[in-house]
Order: sequence, then structure tokens, then C-alpha cells
Amino acid sequence: MRLLLAALICAASPALADWSETLAAARGQTVYWHAWGGDPRTNAFIERVSDRAEAAYGVRIEHVKLSDTAEAVARVRAEKAADQSEGGAVDLIWINGPNFLAMKDEGLLHGPFVADLPNAAYLDLSEGAPATRDFTVPVEGLEVPWRLAKFVFAHDAARLPMMPRDMADFPEWAAEHPGRMTHPNPANFMGATFLKQALVSLAPDPAVLALPATDETYGAQTAPLWKWYDALRPNLWREGRAFPENESVQAQLLADGEIDIAMFFDPGAPAALVAQGVLPETVRVSVPEAGSLGNISFVAIPFNAAHREGAEVIANLLLAPEVQAEMQNIEVLGAYSVLDPARLDAPARAAFAAIPQAPNLPGLDELGPTLPEPHPSWMTRLAEDWARRMTP
Amino acid sequence: MVFVAALVLVLIGLPVLAGLGLTLAQAWGQGWPDLPGLAVGLRLTLVTGFGATVLSLAVSVPLARWLWARGAARGWLAPFLAVPHAALGLGLGFLLAPSGWLVRLVSPWATGWDLPPQLVTIGDPWGITLILGLMLKEVPFLMLVTLAAAVNLPVARVMAEGRSLGYRPGQVWLRLIWPQLYPSLRLPLFIVLAFSLSVVDMALLLGPSHPPTLAVQILRLFTAPDPALQGPAAMLSLLLLAVMAGAVGLWIGVERALAALARRWLRRGARGGWRLDAAPVLAVSGVALGTGAAGVLVLWSLATRWYFPAALPEGLSLATWRTARWVAPAAETLLIGAAVTLAALLLALIWLEAEDRSGRRLRLGALIALPLLVPQIGFLQGLATGYLHLGLPPGRVAVIWAELLFVFPYVLLALAGPWRALEPQQVIAAASLGAGPWRRLWRIKLPLLAGPLATAAAIGFAVSAAQFLAVLLPGAGRVQVLATEAVALASGADRRLSALHGLLLAALPMIGYAAALWLPLWLWRDRAAMKGAA
Repeated sequence: MRLLLAALICAASPALADWSETLAAARGQTVYWHAWGGDPRTNAFIERVSDRAEAAYGVRIEHVKLSDTAEAVARVRAEKAADQSEGGAVDLIWINGPNFLAMKDEGLLHGPFVADLPNAAYLDLSEGAPATRDFTVPVEGLEVPWRLAKFVFAHDAARLPMMPRDMADFPEWAAEHPGRMTHPNPANFMGATFLKQALVSLAPDPAVLALPATDETYGAQTAPLWKWYDALRPNLWREGRAFPENESVQAQLLADGEIDIAMFFDPGAPAALVAQGVLPETVRVSVPEAGSLGNISFVAIPFNAAHREGAEVIANLLLAPEVQAEMQNIEVLGAYSVLDPARLDAPARAAFAAIPQAPNLPGLDELGPTLPEPHPSWMTRLAEDWARRMTP
Repeated sequence: MVFVAALVLVLIGLPVLAGLGLTLAQAWGQGWPDLPGLAVGLRLTLVTGFGATVLSLAVSVPLARWLWARGAARGWLAPFLAVPHAALGLGLGFLLAPSGWLVRLVSPWATGWDLPPQLVTIGDPWGITLILGLMLKEVPFLMLVTLAAAVNLPVARVMAEGRSLGYRPGQVWLRLIWPQLYPSLRLPLFIVLAFSLSVVDMALLLGPSHPPTLAVQILRLFTAPDPALQGPAAMLSLLLLAVMAGAVGLWIGVERALAALARRWLRRGARGGWRLDAAPVLAVSGVALGTGAAGVLVLWSLATRWYFPAALPEGLSLATWRTARWVAPAAETLLIGAAVTLAALLLALIWLEAEDRSGRRLRLGALIALPLLVPQIGFLQGLATGYLHLGLPPGRVAVIWAELLFVFPYVLLALAGPWRALEPQQVIAAASLGAGPWRRLWRIKLPLLAGPLATAAAIGFAVSAAQFLAVLLPGAGRVQVLATEAVALASGADRRLSALHGLLLAALPMIGYAAALWLPLWLWRDRAAMKGAA
């Protein structure tokens, strides 16, 4: 009878049957997770995930700390060149953007497997959703999202009660508050991201931004941006003739009261700076109403991973609501979750509700829509174009 | 003798020439790079480089006279000479920014400013704060050189004669004494000029950013991820070298013209002149800025929180000192400093002892000054490439060698005077008692020179701790010392961290100076006659 029931369930849901096979095969495996090792908090979080995985599934993680993800890509590429189609050294890679594109194009990845993971049910994988694109490259089930980076503004609510509602409102706001706003130099990632955030909000046809920029599309799509910027610039800090080097220096200016608005690519960053005593406790986070740029970090499994099942178990575990909530906990890592708040069930909501809340820590549902990243060529051009137009 | 000359040539001269050659090779065939902000950057470099040099010289003239008459006040020179540019720049930034300590001290009670005023101070587009920062370092250096040269002149007698002819003391100094000292100032002036034209750490901390000076633009190109930018960077380095060469030519030309004009002015012999003596005001402002910069570094490194317009931090704690990772860069600074200083001392001893044994002077003066006269960014990247060709990867050893180029000239200079002034009687007496050259060196010369050796070591260490480009480029970012960390942390969010590193960076050379004063006293604690030797 039990066998029959099991057979019935298997027949009804082949994926789940596969998953129990995966779990069985994974038990006892050590997963070599090649991940950038430059952030101590991320490293500690990976250790926590390893402890969980060992307790629940008998799978351990060995964190291979990379200084550059390209090292892992090169290793898999070398193994493929040597015809080593199994027993590869890399089981799981924390990957993004160009490295993903390279591995996908060269056929170095295992999958598609994302849809087979039980916890994928918490993801928004509908066509065009942020979790299905990695810097505009379609993911196609070859990598699993695990953490979210998102553009946010921070302001000191004690001085500035109201933020501009949308990107288009900034010139008017700056005219009313001359010298109280700036952005990092676009030679820096954060400065270029600010321009890009304005571009996706102001471009006549945002769909074109997903394609590589040509002279023609670039001119047409950026014209409103430059008009907007020319209106904004004279009222920037130091009349738009000097810019902070990066978002940290801009945060310092906010702390000093020289400006009223800072910007980050991590919703948890302002709270972390408040905890460090750099920013005052009255700092709050906000996003433009129409949404803000975000990108997602992924994990992928090489085609020849020695411990593929273990790697899938880890990838699935990373999506478990309790793990995602722990990751978002500012006391643990403070990296925002990739799960879709609309798809969370009651226990999952409870897990997120249980993490420490603070007025400067926006909830997942307060972060607004995530706008897709333009093709990387837009950012390069924007930064160069800005330097040409704005450097005396 | 030939061997010693060859050694110095290989260790000090060749690297500069090789660095220049490789920069030239890299720039070969490059056109004029089309980069935004280049023209303004070049103008800024000229304004700040010449501005800092000319103004430092101008200020040093009355100040040196003022200081000449006040032996006690000379103690204030040492900390200014010892403190590295990066530490001073950091402190000045925290002091002079629109939200800096100065404004906080007088706000809002005196100014009514509840928010920082929208003034342009640090990073001003004209480079004024950068010039000011450079002057705080270069004026004391020029004063020291002036005073050292004045020792060889009967200053008191000339002063008395001048006064009896009816000139004011300031006029005697300017008309009769300083022109005689000027020839000794020419080389130090060119060193100041070369340094100011290619300074990077202070330009990053105090200079304009949009666009920055040429040297900063070159550094950004050299360290950019895109290797295609190395060519333009080398091309611009050559431009900077050409600027330096042109500057020296122009300087000598202007010097001649001024000398001709001044001769007529001297002969006219007008008495009177300004009654107002600017020297005390200048001296007090300089010392106030320096102490303020040090004070604000101390406060920030101990602050819990400190928001505008509070005059003092909300609270003081050692939390930053406990949690920050300052031990590794401090240890690296000490290690590299010790290695470079030791190597420089050794090389200087070999040089001087070889001169003694051969009875001739080594004629390599121009060679050892070369690293100080060529703008650093003009050859250091080429030098790093050269090290690679030699099989010396970027790292600690490459940094030590690169720093040796800048440390050795100062160590040799500091040691050569006392060494040559050593009274020969004791050495001759030892020789007549049968002591060989090694024994005479070891038992007579070195103990007698313990004081100058300690001073030379302290100077060497201070020069080493202050190096920024010589760590950054040959170290390829893999060697982290206090100077590089302090500048890197200045573009982080936490001012307490950069203040802590800046403070340590300032403290280490000063501790070195203090040790140099104390060491001979301790060594000769039971030999009263030796204590005056230092």
C-alpha cells in the first residue's frame, strides 16, 4: 500500500521523485563552492549554510575563496579543454554577468535545473522577471538566484522629511534645495548607476535598453536624460563642478550635513552605516515610486561538477525562506532576499517577520519594483559620455 | 672604489634610467591622448606645482630669518619634517572642510550655521588647499636647508654690519645674507618642484577631483583595468617630465633675470621698507594648522559619533583602535622602513668609508639626486615593468628597492656632513696603536658617529614611511602600508578609520625622531664627553 502510494505520488510528480533521488545521492557529499572571499560577513554566512546543510541533508560546503570569479571559470574551461567531463573540481560558483555569459556560451554549465528545485516555487520566474535575466542575458534555468542588490536612496529624515517621488522630480527638488544633493562621479560604479537609474526611468522606449547600444539608439534614448541632467546639474552640490569619489564618500557628506541625499546599491547599507555610528539614526531608505535598478547574484553548477547532487541541494537550500530570511537579517549578512513576497506562504512570511526590524531597514515589500538592468554597453557609454560632456 | 661606484650606480642610478627608458618605450608611437580634462589637469599641475614651490620659497625667506634668531623655536621644524604628506593632508582635510573642525568650533554660536556652509574649501577647483598643504611640508624643508647653509656664513657679523648701515633686520637678511645662501637652495628647490609637480597622495586628499591634477590622472590610467590605457599614461608621464625639464630651464632663466634686476635694487640701497614683520604670523598660522590637523586626527580616531555642528565628538572610546585592522599595515610600514633604512645606511657607510680609504671623493652627486629631481610618476611605473623583466615580481622587495632610491640620498646627506667633520686625531691614534681599517671603523668611527647614525636612520625611516607612489606602483596594490591605507580609507565612509591610520602614519616617524634623540644619550649614559656629539 505504501509502495503503491509512493508510486502514485511519483507518477503524479516526477520532479519530486527526482528530488528525493537527488537528496539521497547528495548525502555525504562535500560541495566545493567557489565564491568570492573578500567579504567576511558573506564568508561567515556560507559557513552557516554549510552547518544547516550538514544537519538537514548530510551535505557539507567547502568554501573555495576566490579573489576573482574568473579563476573558477578558467578552471572549468581548462577541464573542458582536457575532456574532463566528470569529477570536475568546481561544484558550485557564485556568478554574475560576463562570467555567466561566458560559461553559458561555451557550454560549461549544468542544467537547466532551476525549475526542478522545490524552493523555486518562491521565485518569480515569469517571462522578463528580474530573476530570469542576468545583466540582460537570459538565465534559462542555468543558474539559481540567491541575493539581491538594489539601488536605493538614503536621506536624513530629521532634516529632509520628503524625498523626490521619482527620478523626473529631482531637478525641481534640487532647484528648491540648491547644493543639497549630488551623486558619485560616474567614473565610479555608483555614479554610473545613478545615471543608469535615470536612463531607465526617462528613456522613451526602455525595451531598447536590453539590446546593445548603437549610435542611433543611444542618441535617441539618452536625449531626455541629458536634458534632465542639464536642469539638475547647476543645483547640485558645489554647483555640479565636483563630485564625491564613490558612495562611501557621499555617505560621509550626508553624515556631515553637507548634502541631504546619499545612494547605495544595497538596501541594507544605510542601516549598517547607522550601526557603525557613521550615519545618524534618523537616516531612512527610499526608492523611486516607479522602481529602481536591481541585479541579482546567482549560483551555477559546472557541467562536470563532481558533486552535482550536493550542489543542487545547496542551491535549493539557499532559496529556503528561513535561509533567505537569515541572509536578510542585518545581524547576519543583511543581503536582501530574491524571493517574491507575493509567493511566500504563512510560515515563510513569519520567517521574514521574525528578523530584526528597524526604521532604516526597508522590508522586502517596501523596496518597490525591480527594474531590469540595461545591456552593459549602455553603462560604459553613459560614463564616457558624461565625462566628455561634463569635464571642463 | 670602482666597485662602490658601480654598486651605487646599479642600485640607485640605473633603476631611474631604466624606469625612464621603459616609460619612453611604452609611450613610443602614442599620439596625444584624447582624454577629457587633460588640459585643465595640466594647468592645475602647473599652478599647484609652481605655486607651491614659489610661495614656499617666498615664505621661507622671512621665516628662516625669524627662526635663525630663535634657536628654541627650531624644535617645531622636526614634526613638520617628519610627518608624511598623506597624514598631514588627511588632517588638513578634516580641519578645513566646510563641515570640518574649524567651522564646527565656531558654529552655530558665532556663524549661525546649523548646516555646513556652501563654501568650496577642500578639493577647490583652483588647487589652493593643495598648495597650502604642500607649503606646510615644503616651507619647513626650505627653512631647514636655509639654516643649514647659514651655518657657513658669519650671519651675526653681517647682520651687525647691515644694521649699522641703517637697514632693518629683515632687509639685512633679504639683501645681504639670503642671496649668499641661495646657491645652496637651488637643488632643494628643484626637489620641491619635482615633488609638487607629481604629488599624488596629497592631491587625492586635498586637490580638485573633476578633473584632478595631471599626476592623479596618470596614476588612474596606469592602474586602470584596461591595459590599453598604459600607453597614454606613459605618454602623459613624458609630458610631466618635459614640464619638469622646462621648469628647471625657466627657473634658471628667471633667476638670472631677477639677479640682474636685484643687483640694481641692491645698489640703490634704499633703507626703510616694511615695518610689519609677517614671520610670527606665518609661523603661528603654520604651527596652528599643523597642530589642528594632528588634533582632529586624534579626536576622530577616538570619536564614537561626531556630527555637525558639534565642536567635539559625542563620546570618546578606544573602539576604533580595538576593532580596526591597523596592525598589519603598521607592521608592513615598520618592516619596509627598517629594511630600506638599513640598506641605505649600509650603502652610505660603504660610500663614505670607501672615500676615506681611497682618500678621494666619489663624484656621483648628480646621480644620487636624480630620483629626487625626476617626477616620481615619470619613472616608477617603468621601473615596476623593469623589475618584472628582472624576474622581480610586484611585492615587498620591489617596494623596498624603489623606496631606497628616495631614502638613500637623504641618509647619505645626513651622514656625510658629520662623517667628514669627524676629527681625525682619534682615528690616527687608533691606527698608530695598530688598529686596522675595519677595527678603526668599528671601534672608533661608528661609536663616535652614533648620534648622526641615529639621526640619519630616523630621517631615512621618515622618508620611507611617507612614500606613496613608490609603494603603490612597484607593489601593484599588493603591499599595504599606512600611507596607502590612509589614502584608500579616506575614500571610505568611516572617517574614524582613516583618522586612525593617518595618526599612526604621523606618529611612527616622530617616534623614530624621538628615538634618534634618545638613543645616543642612552648609549653614552656613563660617558659625559660623548653626549655633545649628537
